[in-house]
Amino acid sequence: MDLEILIENVLNAATAGITIGCIYGLMCIGLGLIFGIMRIVNFAQGEFLMLGMFASFYLVTGGKVLAFLGPYWGPFIGAICAAPAVFVGGAVLHKFLISRVSGLRTAGSLDEGHFGQLVVTLGISLILQNGGQIVFGSTPVAVRTPLSAEAYLIGPVYGAATVFLNKAKLIAFFVAILVAIVLYLTLEYTRLGKALRAAADNPTAATYMGIEVDTAYRIAFGLGAGITAIAGGLMATYISFGPFVGFDYVIIMYSGVVLGGMGSILGAFWGGLTVGFVQQFSALILPPQLQNAAIFVVFLMIVLLRPQGLFGRSAERA
Amino acid sequence: MRQGTGRQLRRHLTALAVVSVAYLVVTFFVTNSYYQLILTLVPIWALFGVSWNILSGYGGQLSFGHASFFGIGAYTVTLAVVYWSLSPWLGILLGMMLGGLAAITIGLPTFRLRGHYFALSMLAYPLAILYVLQYLGFQEVSMPMHREHPVVFMEFSEPRLYTLIAVCLLVGGVVVSLVIESSRFGLALLAIRQNELAAEAAGINARLWKMRSLVVSGMMAAVAGGFYARVLVVVTPDSVFGMLVSAQAVVVTLFGGVASVWGPLIGAAILVPLAETLQAELGTYLPGIQGVVYGIAIIAIMLLSPDGLFWTIRDRWFRQKASTPIPDLMPVMTPPARPASARAGAPLLTVENLSRAFGGLKAVSAVSFSIAEGEILGIIGPNGAGKTTLFNVLNGVLSADDGSAQLAGQPMLGRKTFEVCRMGVGRTFQVVRSFPRLPVLDNVIVGAYGAGLSDRDAIASAVRALHQVGLQDQSGVAAGQLTNKQLRLMELARALAGSPRLLLLDETLAGLAREECDNVLEVLAQLREQGMTICIIEHTMHAMMRLADRFVVLDHGRVLATGLPRAVVEDASVIEAYLGKKWLARQNA
Repeated sequence: MDLEILIENVLNAATAGITIGCIYGLMCIGLGLIFGIMRIVNFAQGEFLMLGMFASFYLVTGGKVLAFLGPYWGPFIGAICAAPAVFVGGAVLHKFLISRVSGLRTAGSLDEGHFGQLVVTLGISLILQNGGQIVFGSTPVAVRTPLSAEAYLIGPVYGAATVFLNKAKLIAFFVAILVAIVLYLTLEYTRLGKALRAAADNPTAATYMGIEVDTAYRIAFGLGAGITAIAGGLMATYISFGPFVGFDYVIIMYSGVVLGGMGSILGAFWGGLTVGFVQQFSALILPPQLQNAAIFVVFLMIVLLRPQGLFGRSAERA
Repeated sequence: MRQGTGRQLRRHLTALAVVSVAYLVVTFFVTNSYYQLILTLVPIWALFGVSWNILSGYGGQLSFGHASFFGIGAYTVTLAVVYWSLSPWLGILLGMMLGGLAAITIGLPTFRLRGHYFALSMLAYPLAILYVLQYLGFQEVSMPMHREHPVVFMEFSEPRLYTLIAVCLLVGGVVVSLVIESSRFGLALLAIRQNELAAEAAGINARLWKMRSLVVSGMMAAVAGGFYARVLVVVTPDSVFGMLVSAQAVVVTLFGGVASVWGPLIGAAILVPLAETLQAELGTYLPGIQGVVYGIAIIAIMLLSPDGLFWTIRDRWFRQKASTPIPDLMPVMTPPARPASARAGAPLLTVENLSRAFGGLKAVSAVSFSIAEGEILGIIGPNGAGKTTLFNVLNGVLSADDGSAQLAGQPMLGRKTFEVCRMGVGRTFQVVRSFPRLPVLDNVIVGAYGAGLSDRDAIASAVRALHQVGLQDQSGVAAGQLTNKQLRLMELARALAGSPRLLLLDETLAGLAREECDNVLEVLAQLREQGMTICIIEHTMHAMMRLADRFVVLDHGRVLATGLPRAVVEDASVIEAYLGKKWLARQNA
């Protein structure tokens, strides 16, 4: 029956959209901190994702540091362990490079320092990608877990229509949600979180309130990098990747952040989820090559029709 | 031609001629075909950088996706040869037109956005095109050979001819860029980059100028892309629409020097050979070493010389002598006697029932008043009374919810900010909006251009305005170096340069010391003598008492009182709004 096939496809696209979308959501939160709140144009965010993937890969499959955890738990714990490494990397990058072209130094200057950020992060991105090629090689790899080839079956729901839930994606989905919730609570309710948000939002005012803006920035930037790295580690359980994988996702991240409305952590998550949804549903009607084009079209339409994002506000004073 | 740019333009053109001849002489002695290819690629990427610089450098509209136009040029030339056997000479022309068309198509929706959003949207276009081309099966298209007509199809056995053509194209691009830089086009772009709202309020149609710059830029980028395709013979979506292509334009320009026509040339001349050589020498042992070194190079340049090499070199070794020559200041003419006197007392501005709400907050609610020709009307009221919002609605920054406003019988509402300015409404802002990197004279000329004056008249008008406010001695100084008082006066001059019929002054005296305040008041009093009609928002009561003919008092968006200054300050409701009920009670007791 055609209807059965249609229902099966729609249901599978919906579940895949939710699971992948939430992982995208986590990925977008990372950029949301850096671009949405700190207003740093960061081209290297895709490379933080890539570093997360490789960190997880070396911990679990390559270096086998976490091999004792087994192929079921290992990859997901590996993904979380990728965060501290990338966090430190991000904080160091911020201290020596990013801080020179952002924050207090450029607040109120012409173009708010965007030209500088653009060039510096583009440089970092080039170094990480190509350096990655030298260090990791260009053959695609994957974090091996038997879960990526297994699925839970739900149904048959309607006739023979069945929903397939890939186990790796499902667990990655739960981990992503968990990390997102912990992060949200931290940012929203702890002193550290409040200081970070205040510093990122208005560095000058935060300085007057006694917040160590430089430190706060470094932490926020590292956090943004680390969060995206976790998402990368999670994705590594179900896709194969190479040093240039960041390119494919940097646009998705920016789409998500802008969609959700700049400056909002929750918004970034919903934005990423929406992008995941659009991507999976476009697979139903569009040939695979056009799926990414569909994301851009949706992105452009949202930006043009509602530039403050789906969940954001805008204001300008004369 | 802008004031003082003629000589500069001639100097630039001489330098351009010298550099391109020298480059071609060097080319003549190179025989290695690989180096010859590099020598051809340098001017192509430089041209692409020049095109990006027009939109993003001068105009400040950061585009991450200039590959759209580059790729359109490349694919047009290639596909035209493949399907129609069209000569690349014509193909490049066709690509240029399509590039311009694409610029209009992309610009129309995208210029509604600003800042980050504009930059990111531009990023999405080439990538969307890239995926569509892959889907359509144009993964790799190579140009077939037409040996029978080598000249028509640009198939030269002498590779140096390609370099020659590339240099000619670049020279064309640089000349276009120089002409823009030294005309009102360039000044409009610089003004928009530094403060778009101020440019609009000075009568500059920002959207139109941005659109023009995108079209010029898109056409130029398409030419670069078209010739690139001809030189490499094979195009793939990634090699002409990819992110690295867009990045190339950004990087060579920022490295070399943003908003200078020489920037992209310097950047391309250093970075392109560096990258290509590294790839050739080390690529086999260390794949990607090119990218790493490239990355390090651009980070280093950014930290050491943030505006690019050109500016650092110029500032260090070619420090400009003392100050730029001030244009021949002609004797002050009193502004032309205005026909105002003929109809003195007739209302110039009539505002009726004007309302504007933000959500539930009625910032301006059913406000009515009028200003007679030659009158100075003071608008006073406590903070949050809706004074600035009233101005914003009047000059088109905000839309009105209800009501009408007429300037000499012409409706003002529903027009864009620059249109209101051209009707004859000059405006200053509560927080000064200057173009900090432009000299004072250019700041003021922007206002004259906004009124649609010719180059000659614009300069005359700007000089006159500077005399009117007493800033003639500062005309060569960058606006960023002025004191607060001077900035206020400069903003006033910018508004005056457009010969307005009505001035809207928003807290022109704010933050000024007593003496400075008196100084500005004198200027305003002189303007009154000359018959200027002024509507001024002010907090300082003593200043207002001296200046204004009549007061309108606003509170919570409503008109509380209108009338002669003396009467208004004694009005009970006004005292209550300003000083509170207690004060009123004590005074009455």
